Amino acid sequence: MNRYEQYVAFMTIMRKEIRRYLRIWSQTLLPSAITMSLYYVIFGNLIGSRIGEMGGFSYMEFVVPGLIMMAIVTNSYANVVASFFGAKFNNSVEELLVSPIPPYIILCGYVAGGVSRGLLVAVIVTAVSLFFTRLPIYSPLLVILVVALTSILFSLLGFINAVFANTFDDISIVPTFVLTPLTYLGGVFYSLDLLPDFWATVSQANPLVYVVSAFRFGMLGVSDVNIAFAISMILLCMLVAFWYSLHLLRTGKRLRT
Amino acid sequence: MTAALEIEGLEKTYENGFVALQGIDLRVEPGDFFALLGPNGAGKSTTIGIISSLVAKSAGKVCVHGIDINHNFPLAKTYLGLVPQEFNFNVFEKVEDILTNQAGYYGIPRDEALRRTEHFLERLGLAEKRDTRARMLSGGMKRRLMIARALIHDPKLLILDEPTAGVDIEMRRSMYDFLREINAAGTTIILTTHYLEEAEALCRNIAIINNGKIVTNRSIKDLLRDLHKEVFLLDCAGQLDEGLSVPGFDVAVLDDHTVQVVIEKGQNLAEVFAALHEKQVSVVSMRNEANRLEQMFVNLLEQPA
Repeated sequence: MNRYEQYVAFMTIMRKEIRRYLRIWSQTLLPSAITMSLYYVIFGNLIGSRIGEMGGFSYMEFVVPGLIMMAIVTNSYANVVASFFGAKFNNSVEELLVSPIPPYIILCGYVAGGVSRGLLVAVIVTAVSLFFTRLPIYSPLLVILVVALTSILFSLLGFINAVFANTFDDISIVPTFVLTPLTYLGGVFYSLDLLPDFWATVSQANPLVYVVSAFRFGMLGVSDVNIAFAISMILLCMLVAFWYSLHLLRTGKRLRT
Repeated sequence: MTAALEIEGLEKTYENGFVALQGIDLRVEPGDFFALLGPNGAGKSTTIGIISSLVAKSAGKVCVHGIDINHNFPLAKTYLGLVPQEFNFNVFEKVEDILTNQAGYYGIPRDEALRRTEHFLERLGLAEKRDTRARMLSGGMKRRLMIARALIHDPKLLILDEPTAGVDIEMRRSMYDFLREINAAGTTIILTTHYLEEAEALCRNIAIINNGKIVTNRSIKDLLRDLHKEVFLLDCAGQLDEGLSVPGFDVAVLDDHTVQVVIEKGQNLAEVFAALHEKQVSVVSMRNEANRLEQMFVNLLEQPA
C-alpha cells in the first residue's frame, strides 16, 4: 500500500471506531458525565467544603483536574479494549488481518478511536465541571501534551488487554482491579504530601501519579512530582506500550493460529 | 504463465501437535474455477487460512500471482478475496458500512468505495438491505454479503470456503450464476465445498485433500472418465416383473415401476434398453442414482495412504 492508501485505511478504521462509540453514546459518553457530576457534587461541594484548601487551591479546584484525567484514562482504555476484543470475539478482526494494511496503521486507527473518545469525554466532563468551579489553565501546551500522551498510552494498554483477553470478563478485570485502584491511589483526590513518607515513596511507582500530577500542573501550576520526569515517564511507557502492541500485531499472537 | 496460486511443500503443525498439512503441492492457473474437496479436518480451511494469513505455515512456499507471501504478503493480499466458512463481520454494523469499510481497508478512497458498494449491493440483491444491521439478515443474505465484501477490492483470486452452506436452492443457483459470471470476466476462483455436485457443476479442475495430503489433482472430466461404474434408475411404464433380469448386467427391480441398472466401465447402456425393449418394458425416463463425483470421492478417500 502506498502512503495515500494507508491514510485511507487509517481514516476508515478511525471513522468506524468513532461511529461505534457515538452509536452507543448512552453506554460510552453518558456514564462518565453522570459519574463525574456526582464526584463534583459529593467530593467537591459537600465534602470538599469541609476539607478546605489543598495545594493552595480549593478542594474542588484541586480535584477537578484529577477527575478529568480519570475520565480520559478510563474512556481511552475502555474504548479500545471493548472494540478490539469485540472484533476478536465476532471474528471481524479477520477483515483487517486478511487486508494489506500494515500493522502500525491498524494500531494507530484503534488508538485514534480511543484518543478521540477520551478527548470527547474530557470535553464533556470539563464542561460539567464549569458548573461547579472556575477552571484555571496554567499551561495550555502542557495540558494538551499530557492529555494526548495519556490518552494514547491508555488506548495502547487497552489494546494489549484486548489481545490477551479470552472472555468479556477478562476485559473488565484490569480496569476494575488494576486501573481503578491505581487511579484512586494516584493522587486524584489528595496530594501526595498528605501521605506518610513510606506511602509517598511507594506512590512513585504508580504511573497514574505522573499522569495526574502532570495534568494538574498544566491546570493549576502545582504538582506532587517533577514535571519533566513525569512527562518522560509517560512518554517512555507510551513508547514501550506502542512497541509491544505492534509486536503483538506483527507476530499475530492470540490473533492468528 | 504465472500461476494464480502456487503452493509447494506446504506443511502445518499446530501448537497442540496436530499435523494439518503434510507437504501439499498445488497449482491453480489464472482464470480457472478450481475445487478443493476433502472431508472435515482434511486440511482445506488450514490451506485457505495460510494463503490468507490467518494461519501461520510451518514450512513450504505459497505464491499468489507470482508474489511469494514470505517476501511481500501485503501485495499478495491485494490479489486475494476471501469468503470464509464462518460469518466474520460485525453483526451490529450496517450492510453498507461493512462493504465501504472493507474497501477502505484496501486503500480505496471513500467515493470509489461507495460506488463499488452500490454496485455489489445491486448485483447481489442486497440493495434494499443497505441500512439493515447485518445480524438482521437471513443466512443466504449473510453469505452474499460476504461474497460482496470479498469482491469489493476487485481481487484476481477469489477463495470461497463452502459458500453455499445453509443457502436454499434458488439462492444457490443465483449464486452459481454470479460466480460463473465473475469467473468468465477473468477472476480465478477456488471453491471448497461439501456439495460435490456443486464442484461438478461449477469447476474445471479439482484437488482432493485428505489427512493433509493431496490425493488427486486433475481436471474433473479426467476424474469422471476414470469412474468404473455408474448407477442409473430407469422409470418404466406399466408394472414390472420382480424377476426381471438382463444377462451380463447388474439389474434390480426396486418397485413396480423402477429398475436400477449398474453400468460397469466398458458396458453399453443401449444394450440394456434393447434388452428391456425385447421384454416389452418401456422406459419413460432415466436418472443417476447417486452423484458420480461423490462415488469417486469416497473411492479415493478409501484408498490406503
